[in-house]
Amino acid sequence: MSRKQRRFSLIGVALAVLALAVALVLNALKDSIVFFNSPTEVAEKNIKPGTRLRIGGLVKEGSVSRGDGLAVRFAVTDGKHTVPVAYQGVLPDLFREGQGVVAEGALDPSGTFRADSVLAKHDETYMPKDVAEALKKQGHWKDDYEKKLGAAPQGTAR
Amino acid sequence: MIAEFGHYALVLALALALVEASVPMVGARKNDPVLMAVAGPAALAQFCFVAIAFAALTICYVRSDFSVLNVFENSHSAKPLVYKLSGLWGNHEGSMLLWVLILTLFGALVALFGGNLPARLKATVLAVQSSIAVAFILFILVTSNPFLRIAEPPFEGRDLNPILQDPGLAIHPPLLYLGYVGLSIAFSFAIAALIDGRIDAAWARWVRPWTLLAWMFLTLGIAMGSYWAYYTLGWGGWWFWDPVENASLMPWLAATALLHSALVMEKRDALKVWTILLAILAFSLSLIGTFLVRSGVLTSVHAFATDPTRGVFILLILVLFIGGSLALFALRAPLLKQGGLFAPVSREGALVLNNLFLVSACATVFIGTLYPLALEALTGEKISVGAPFFNATFAPLFVPLLIAVPFGPLLAWKRGDVLGVAQRLVGAAAIGVITVAVVFAMEGGGPILVPFAIGLALYVIAGALMEIVERTGLLKVPIATAFARAKGLPRSAWGAAFAHVGLGITLLGIIGETQWSLERIAELKPGQSISIRRYDLRFDGVTTRQGPNYRDLAAHFTVRRHGEFIGVLEPAKRSFPSRGTAITQTALMTRGVSQLYLSLGDPNPDGSLAVRLYYKALVLLIWLGAVVMVIGGALSLSDRRLRVGAPRPAQKKAALSPAE
Repeated sequence: MSRKQRRFSLIGVALAVLALAVALVLNALKDSIVFFNSPTEVAEKNIKPGTRLRIGGLVKEGSVSRGDGLAVRFAVTDGKHTVPVAYQGVLPDLFREGQGVVAEGALDPSGTFRADSVLAKHDETYMPKDVAEALKKQGHWKDDYEKKLGAAPQGTAR
Repeated sequence: MIAEFGHYALVLALALALVEASVPMVGARKNDPVLMAVAGPAALAQFCFVAIAFAALTICYVRSDFSVLNVFENSHSAKPLVYKLSGLWGNHEGSMLLWVLILTLFGALVALFGGNLPARLKATVLAVQSSIAVAFILFILVTSNPFLRIAEPPFEGRDLNPILQDPGLAIHPPLLYLGYVGLSIAFSFAIAALIDGRIDAAWARWVRPWTLLAWMFLTLGIAMGSYWAYYTLGWGGWWFWDPVENASLMPWLAATALLHSALVMEKRDALKVWTILLAILAFSLSLIGTFLVRSGVLTSVHAFATDPTRGVFILLILVLFIGGSLALFALRAPLLKQGGLFAPVSREGALVLNNLFLVSACATVFIGTLYPLALEALTGEKISVGAPFFNATFAPLFVPLLIAVPFGPLLAWKRGDVLGVAQRLVGAAAIGVITVAVVFAMEGGGPILVPFAIGLALYVIAGALMEIVERTGLLKVPIATAFARAKGLPRSAWGAAFAHVGLGITLLGIIGETQWSLERIAELKPGQSISIRRYDLRFDGVTTRQGPNYRDLAAHFTVRRHGEFIGVLEPAKRSFPSRGTAITQTALMTRGVSQLYLSLGDPNPDGSLAVRLYYKALVLLIWLGAVVMVIGGALSLSDRRLRVGAPRPAQKKAALSPAE
C-alpha cells in the first residue's frame, strides 16, 4: 500500500466515523428533545396531546389533592393560566404549594398534564430558572427570588 | 487577621505567577540560563503562598469565624468538623481556591521532578502553567474573594447547603479537580512544544504519566460523584446526563483518547500533531467544564452562584486560553516533524480508531450539552436534552469501540494481521456469543439489545484477559513457566488489561442496573410489609434522633430473605433548622454486587409513610469497574519505563511522512 493510499484509507475511516456521529446526532435531535413551556404557552400554543414537554410554574395554592395509593393531582400556574397535573409517585422533598416546580410528561386529550417526573428544589427560596423567566414575563415576579436564585441544588422525583 | 493574611498571600502568589509566566519565557527565547532558572523556585514559592492562603481560609472555617462572609454563608458552629473542612470547597469562592491550589501544586511537582527535562522545555512549560495560574488567581481576587469581611459579624452562620453535608463532599471535589487541573500539565507541555516548534523524546515520556495520573483522578472523581448522586438523591439514579456531569465526562473522554495517542507517540514517534491537539482539547474541555459549572449559565446541583461578572470573566479566560492555544496550534503545528509510518491495520491504526470513536463520542456529548444553551441564546426557545438523546448518540458510538478494544493490544505495531488477531480472539468472541444466547434464553425474549450488551461486556473482559493468557502462554506451557512469564510482563501490559477489564465490568453494571433493577413504591403504616424479589421489609415504626445540626425522622425496617432475618434498614428524613430544609437519607443494603435501596417520601397525616424501594441489580459493578480501571492506570504508571531511563528510541525511517 502506498503512502497516499494509507493516508486516504485513514481519512476515509475518519470521515465514516464522523458521518456516523453526525447522523446519530441529527436523528436524536429530531426525536428526543423536550420543549419547556409555561402554562400560558400551553394554553396558547395548542399543543397536541401526547407530545412530550416540560411545564413549569408555581404549584397553585390549595390545588394539591391526594388520591388512592400515591396518586396526586395539583395545578401549575403562572398567574394567567393554570394547567392541571396528575402524577403517580413520591414527590420530591420540597414540593409545596406556592413553590416553583417543573414537571415532565404529556397532555392527555382532556387537557390534564400526565407527569412522569416532577422536579423541585431542596430549598425554600429556590425557583427553577425556567419558571422564574416564565413568571417574569407574566409580571408575577418577586424581587426576593432574584437574590437567591440558583443558590440551591436540585432534587428530582421520577 | 488570619483572613487578611490569606488574602495577602494570594496577592503575593499572583505577583509570583506573573514573574514566572514572563521571565522564564523570555529566558527560553534568549537562551539565558539564569532567566530560565527562575521558573523552578518561583513555581515552588507560588505553590507555598497559595497553600498559605488555603490554610488561612481553612483556619477561618475551623474556628467558625463568621466575620468572614464566606464562612458565614457556608458554615455553622455546630457543624461536624469534617463538613467545616470540606465546606470550604462546597461553595464557589472556596472551590476556586482549591482549583488554584491544585494548579500550582502540579506546577510545583513539575519544578521538583523535572530535573531530567531539557532546561528550555521546563522553563517554557512552567511559564505556560503559570499563565493559567495568573488568570485564575486574578479571577478569585477580582470576582470571588473568599476573604471578604462583614462589618458587623453575626453570631451564627447560615450553614452549608444540607445536601452537601455528606462524606462525598470531602472526596469528590478534590479528586475531580486533581483530574481536571492535572490535564493542565499536558496542556502546558503541548503549548511549550508548539512555542519551541519541536518535540523530542522527553516530551512524550513526560506527558503520558502526567496524563495518566490526571486520568486516574478524573475516573475516580467521576465514579465517586456518580455514587454520591446515587445514594443521596433518593431515586437511585447514578448518571443523569446533567450538563455538569457531562462537563466532567468530556475531559475524561478526551484524556482517554490522549492516553492512547500519547502511547503511539512514545513508542512509534507518530501522531505528534494529533496528540498535541488532543492535549489542548482535553484541558480546554476542563476549562469549559469550569465555565459551565461556575458561570451559573446552568442551574444544577453544582451551580453555587449566579453572578454575571464571574461568567464574563471565565468566558474571557476561556477565549484567551482556548482561542490562543488553537491559534498557536494552527500556526505552529505544521513545523512539527512527522515520523513513524504505519499501515492502516496495525496497533497504531487501532489506536487511531479508538481516538476517532472517543473524540466523536465526546463531540456528541458536547453538542447535547451546549445545544440547549445555544438555542436559548439564539431563539429563546427552551429545550431539555436528556438521556434519550445521549442514549441515541453516545451508546451507538461506543459499541464499535468496545468491539475493537480487545483487538488493539493484540495487533502488532506498524503492520498487523487482523485475521490472525481475530483467530486469537475466537475464544473471547465465543464467550460473548454464548452469553448472548444464555441471557436471551433466561430473559425469555425481551429486547435483544440486553443479551447483546451483556455478551459485549463479557467479550471485552475475556478479550483483555486473552492478551495476558497469550503473552504468558498459560494453558500451553507449565503453570510455573507461565507464572514466571507473567511476572516478567511489563506492568503497562497488565495496566492495559486491567483498564480494559474495568471497562467491561462497568458496562456489565450499567446494563444490569438499567435492565434488571426493580422498583416498588408504596404507602405503609407501621406493621405493614413491602417485598421485592425474595426480600420482605417490615415497617416497624419511626423514631426521632438529634444530630449535631439536624434532626432525623428515621423509619425502622426489618429485612427478611425467605423469612430469615438479614438486617435492618433505617432511611430518614433529615431536617436542618438553620436552613429550614429537609433532605432524604437513603438506606442501602449490599447483597453481593447488588443493593437494596430504600428512601422515604413525606409522612402523611394518618401516620402512613410513602417509601420507594429498589432492588438495584449489579449496580456496584459500575463503580467497581471504575476502580479496576484506576488500578490499571496505577500499574501502568509504575511501569519501569516511565520511572527510569529513556525508552528505546523508535527506529528512524529514512523517509519521514505525515502519519495522519
